[in-house]
Amino acid sequence: MPIKTYIEAIRDTLFDEMRRDEAIIVLGEDVGKKGGVFLATDGLWAEFGDDRVIDTPLTESMIVGASIGAAMNGLRPVAEIQFADFIAPAFNQLVNEAARMRYRSNNGFGVPMTVRAPYGGGVHGALYHSQSVEAFFAHVPGLKVVIPSTPYDAKGLLRTSIRDEDPVLFFEHKKMYRSVRGDVPDTDYTIPLGQAAITRPGTQITLIAYGLMAHYGLEAAELVADEGIDVEVVDVRSLRPLDKATILSSVEKTGKAIVVYEDNRFLGYGAEICAIIAEEAFDFLDGPVTRIAGPDVPGVPYNHILEDWFMVNPEKIADGIRKLAAY
Amino acid sequence: MYRTILLARQVDERMWILNRAGRIPFVISGQGHEGAQVAIAWALEKGKDWIAPFYRSVGTLLAFGMGARDLMTAQFAKAIDVSSGGRQMPGHYGSQPKHLVSLSSPVATQMLHAVGIALAAKIRKTGEVAMSSMGEGSANQGDVHEGLNFAGVHKLPFILVVENNGYAISVPVSKQLPIENVADRASGYGMPGIVVDGGDVLECYRVAKTAVDRARRGEGSTFIEAKVIRLTGHSSDDQQTKYRTAEELADLTGKDPLPRYRGELRDAGVLTDEIEARIAAEVKAEVEDATTFAEEAAEPDPATAMKWVFAEDWPGETPPAWGFTLRGTGGH
Repeated sequence: MPIKTYIEAIRDTLFDEMRRDEAIIVLGEDVGKKGGVFLATDGLWAEFGDDRVIDTPLTESMIVGASIGAAMNGLRPVAEIQFADFIAPAFNQLVNEAARMRYRSNNGFGVPMTVRAPYGGGVHGALYHSQSVEAFFAHVPGLKVVIPSTPYDAKGLLRTSIRDEDPVLFFEHKKMYRSVRGDVPDTDYTIPLGQAAITRPGTQITLIAYGLMAHYGLEAAELVADEGIDVEVVDVRSLRPLDKATILSSVEKTGKAIVVYEDNRFLGYGAEICAIIAEEAFDFLDGPVTRIAGPDVPGVPYNHILEDWFMVNPEKIADGIRKLAAY
Repeated sequence: MYRTILLARQVDERMWILNRAGRIPFVISGQGHEGAQVAIAWALEKGKDWIAPFYRSVGTLLAFGMGARDLMTAQFAKAIDVSSGGRQMPGHYGSQPKHLVSLSSPVATQMLHAVGIALAAKIRKTGEVAMSSMGEGSANQGDVHEGLNFAGVHKLPFILVVENNGYAISVPVSKQLPIENVADRASGYGMPGIVVDGGDVLECYRVAKTAVDRARRGEGSTFIEAKVIRLTGHSSDDQQTKYRTAEELADLTGKDPLPRYRGELRDAGVLTDEIEARIAAEVKAEVEDATTFAEEAAEPDPATAMKWVFAEDWPGETPPAWGFTLRGTGGH
């Protein structure tokens, strides 16, 4: 099977999908000739031209708002927000318009639109090139939120997202673009939204994470394995819809849960997973449902020492695992 | 057009009567805008072109294929309300088959949808034109700038209609705009900006037809500003005598587009006593029918309230049955 980086898997999937369905257009800032600031759309413009690969002005609200309109008139837009940090001007269009369109029109209109955005820190991006924004959107019924952590999942989930009849926010951790590699078969596989994956089976503690933290969780599990702590890792993959069954089954088996997310701790996405476990797996718990998450400051600081202080890493996760195991 | 303008006025007046009688909780009105609304929508092709309207667009909707029943069932928020099945407040209309885009309450957002529809029309070469309308207050939103700029860059088949009635709820235009005409901004977007007397029905039609033809030919977008009047408060929850003088309000009656257009048609010999009486009777009957129909229609069933969050069935992340039932006894 071909080995690809995370970003190659995304780019190749965009090529495949655009060849398959001419209703798909890509629009965003610098997505054309330049191929995107991370090169996720590199080469698309050369193959598909001005009509289907559109360099927009610096107008995030318009990128999403016009995508909504185009989606209502027969196209299937895949919009790129250059950094997830810059999605805020489009919040109104995403939350008040895209998310509510089908519900408010009683199924009169749908918005088959995918919005891709690189998120996450650890790349010296500071306050405005490092944010995790998934919690804002996962909160809203009517939006789907997907964060794949492997090239295999990126392909399977991006295909499903683009083909979905409703708006999907597809967040890509920018640190994984070139650091994560994996097998990506050339087959036409898809991965349904709403299915988590057990990426490491274990018996004593369930670790739940997504994106870059799904990798760090696996590394942390290896760090504590020699100490006799057997961790099962669940990669959420699809934040909404959420696969509660896989998470709860795992916790039922292990009796202990640790949820890891990079976003600020308070009201981060992982808080909802903790609440679900506390509410629905209470009878099986043998320790407090625990979180390892980013500190509650308004952003990732730039200086590398400060950035390291902010970022959740395998060592911090391993410490949390040890404490929970000892409980 | 006269019949549609009259229908828009009388449906609107009926809404207020129903509201003041305590039968519907909310009304937002198009009175004073109807002449411009009907005439401009008339220039578009029904069922082919698109409109992303706003909450005052009663005349626009009727001119573009909705009927009095469609509006009145929305007022009563009944299950068969085509706009939303009773989910949205009155005034938030929409119909996919009629290419009337469902609207929300945040203002001006809908114009970006029309821009996107126009983009798709251009890419797909469908020949469709997309129009969006809003008030002059909404025209100050950032989405308008972003949308007009993009429409200008790509010469999209798009028309923005700003119905300038001089007030954004209570704030007069002198505190909203540093210039007299909103449409003067059009030059910044590389498109014509046309200011038209919104009480002059035939002129509104002519201006809109020119814009539609231009868009259809692939020559790009047009910004139309229709100077209209607001005969009612902002909504049924607003008392406009608090911020408008009695003289100002009295002066509006003389600018009402309905009697003005009626007079023009009579002067031209098109509207005779007989025709006028027949249309009046038809419109009255239609409003009566719509009111009765809407009042008697079934309420929505709460069992349907989880439907259409997504295209597929969405059970929602519902909490487990209370009482700490063990997992496996209830569905996830």
